[in-house]
Amino acid sequence: VCIHRVRSCSSIRFIKSKYVCVFDKSALKFSHQQRLFRTSAASCGQIVQFKLSDIGEGITEVTVKEWYIKEGDSVSQFDSICEVQSDKASVTITSRYDGIIRKLHYNLDEIAYVGKPLVDIEIDASKGVAPEEDVVETPPMSHEEHTHQEIKGHKTLATPAVRRLAMENNIKLSEVVGTGKDNRILKEDILNYLAKQTGAILPPSPKAEIIPPLPKSETVPVAPKDKAHKIPVPVSRPIVFSGKDKTEPITGFHKAMVKTMSAALKIPHFGYCDEIDLTQLVQLREELKPLAQSRGVKLSFMPFFIKAASLGLLQYPILNSSLDESCQNVTYKASHNIGVAMDTEQGLIVPNVKNVQVCSVFEIASELNRLQSLGSAGQLGTNDLTGGTFTLSNIGTIGGTYAKPVILPPEVAIGALGKIQVLPRFNGKGEVFKAQIMNVSWSADHRIIDGATMARFSNLWKSYLENPASMLLDLK
Amino acid sequence: MVLQSSLKNCLQLSCILRTPKAGFRSTTSGGLIVQSVSNDVYQNLAVEDWIHDHMNLENQQVLFIWRNSPAVVIGRHQNPWQECNLRLIRQKNIKLARRRSGGGTVYHDLGNINLTFFTTRKKYERMENLKLVVKALKALRPQLDVHVTDRYDILLDRHYKISGTAAKLGRATAYHHCTLLCNADKFVLSSVLKSPYRGLKSNATPSVPASVKNLFEEDPTLTCEMLLDAIAEEYAAQHQIDHHITLINPADEIVLPGINNKTKELQTWEWVYGKTPKFSISTCFNMVYKDCVLDVKVDMDVKHGRIEACNIDVPEQWLPPALCRELAKSLTGIKFCPNETTTLATTLLRVCPQDDELHSKWNLLCENMITLM
Repeated sequence: VCIHRVRSCSSIRFIKSKYVCVFDKSALKFSHQQRLFRTSAASCGQIVQFKLSDIGEGITEVTVKEWYIKEGDSVSQFDSICEVQSDKASVTITSRYDGIIRKLHYNLDEIAYVGKPLVDIEIDASKGVAPEEDVVETPPMSHEEHTHQEIKGHKTLATPAVRRLAMENNIKLSEVVGTGKDNRILKEDILNYLAKQTGAILPPSPKAEIIPPLPKSETVPVAPKDKAHKIPVPVSRPIVFSGKDKTEPITGFHKAMVKTMSAALKIPHFGYCDEIDLTQLVQLREELKPLAQSRGVKLSFMPFFIKAASLGLLQYPILNSSLDESCQNVTYKASHNIGVAMDTEQGLIVPNVKNVQVCSVFEIASELNRLQSLGSAGQLGTNDLTGGTFTLSNIGTIGGTYAKPVILPPEVAIGALGKIQVLPRFNGKGEVFKAQIMNVSWSADHRIIDGATMARFSNLWKSYLENPASMLLDLK
Repeated sequence: MVLQSSLKNCLQLSCILRTPKAGFRSTTSGGLIVQSVSNDVYQNLAVEDWIHDHMNLENQQVLFIWRNSPAVVIGRHQNPWQECNLRLIRQKNIKLARRRSGGGTVYHDLGNINLTFFTTRKKYERMENLKLVVKALKALRPQLDVHVTDRYDILLDRHYKISGTAAKLGRATAYHHCTLLCNADKFVLSSVLKSPYRGLKSNATPSVPASVKNLFEEDPTLTCEMLLDAIAEEYAAQHQIDHHITLINPADEIVLPGINNKTKELQTWEWVYGKTPKFSISTCFNMVYKDCVLDVKVDMDVKHGRIEACNIDVPEQWLPPALCRELAKSLTGIKFCPNETTTLATTLLRVCPQDDELHSKWNLLCENMITLM
């Protein structure tokens, strides 16, 4: 990410300096001494050969393992230049000078010699700098102790390291009281200033109240004679926000998602939603949880939802089918491989429980446990992730009520389950009672599934869950 | 992160950790012995980083003693695929860490002691440190045949390696750390440190395998506690300080400000795998499908732990070449990692022609590709 700032110097003293500053944060994230900015300056400074200093223990040669800078980069004293390795010792070489890197004497994995030049650094011999704004990177400084800095006419003395510290914290040097010689700003002054701040990143807001000017109207002219209605001219200081946009290429997994979702979009979706009263199921699960636990399995609601879905699919097999690409044939899948959407670090993955039609609720729960632990460890296999025929997404664990799920090709239906909420409902006697309500949102492929089918399936699924005992009648 | 430079010259840690007992300091040498209460390799490596970055070692050298629960630690410039059996490590839930110092790969468990000697850059002297360790061992058990080689290993009975060394030098400070095998699981050690991956070409630092032995095998009365106590005593004597070990908690952000960030950094994929120097894989494997055996040739370039280029050659009649190219193209840019590859390959299947045979072939190919990672 770069910001370009072109400064042309108006003062005659700096006639030769036309700087193009580029702020480059692409370098190493893990070097704690890093702060890189690439600058190409037209000035002719003195080129110094920075020699590889003594490593100790009589070592004369090392291998260059990583460069932290490249030719043209600007460095400050103490910035990391490269990492070299010698006989099990990894050494970070830091710069002794402020300047611009002009030449790297070695490539990666080459042998470098102690006492021989490692890099050539151009040191800016000229003293002083063009007038500049606060946030802008400064051009390479002379390696004299102090420099003058013009900020809106106010001269501030500070070393490059102190100025860098100020810049990193978005501090205007003009606001810091210098306690050094000639009012020079020292590092302690910056730290004191910081300690007084409340930790806000932005500079203090302007004291003048900003009132937006009245919108100009073409039909109704503003009455200029009304002097009592005076509008103050907005005085605003530019708000400094140093956040930068970040662009990354879409690779691998996300590219695959793009493909999948684009294909999904071609499916004409229709939605059907409903509300399920899980009061009885909640109670049933509470009773069964310890029993499952004694067998080493954690029992959630999902195994019930999955089994009920499978029972429903037995009655409405078209929801467990697949339409071929040309839309000529529909294949009714024999196995109910019900996918369970899982949220991982990379994003959405959908492992599936195979052959739910012949599994008991307990077996489903056990399989879910296995998939969940593999999923969180990032060790799901290809078999677990392929072959799904129908999907349930329990988005309710994160939150939400109704959703609009997207069908995962080559399937034709998907259900999204919202969170379980305790809500007041009326029972058969007209009394208000506490109900555990969950919302379900189905999406189906309207090319082969009609609303009635989806509704009937949903009703059947709902009846199994609202009255779990009825599942017993139809369990195979 | 911003205020680190202000802490560089701060004796904060030593001020907090100094107890009345940690005695007088002579003008020539001063020292501090600290031991970690944590067995987490990332936390302990973070402590090393912290001491290296924040402590002023001019007047006081530091000995840091630490032990880890099972972990494989690779050197700064090494290639984990080349050095260890990543599949086995993942299966056994052994941690993988990359340290900041150079050198080779080691296996840590609670039967191994790690010692880090912190000094100023000028006073960096590995041989002295190792001689200190040997002296301590001999003081504890005079009959032990231990000596330091010129490769900075410590050998038992002239043959078995019981300690390996690595070092990190910064601008003003340096540290030298070494292991010491007391009672580690040699079986796990040898199985995890054997890489099954073939066809790797890399400039990463290779490890030099060695026969190892535990001190416990030589003398079953020895324990880790006895060893680290003996070493601390010797260090205290040589630095003319009290033999007092200060305990340090690597999760304590107050005593060690910024430590949790350091720990997190060490755990990121970008650090552990992404710092691997560029390498290439050129290999072939056989796949058995129904009654045929198929030859598959794979070429890959991996940079920063991500697949930069990929080529897969499969017999043409078996899988349409367009699909292979599709797979190879999709793999480009992803992390060289089984999880990402699996998720990618299975997601791609959704938009492929729905043919059971095709799917099982695709899955077979992907599973085999994953064995390379």
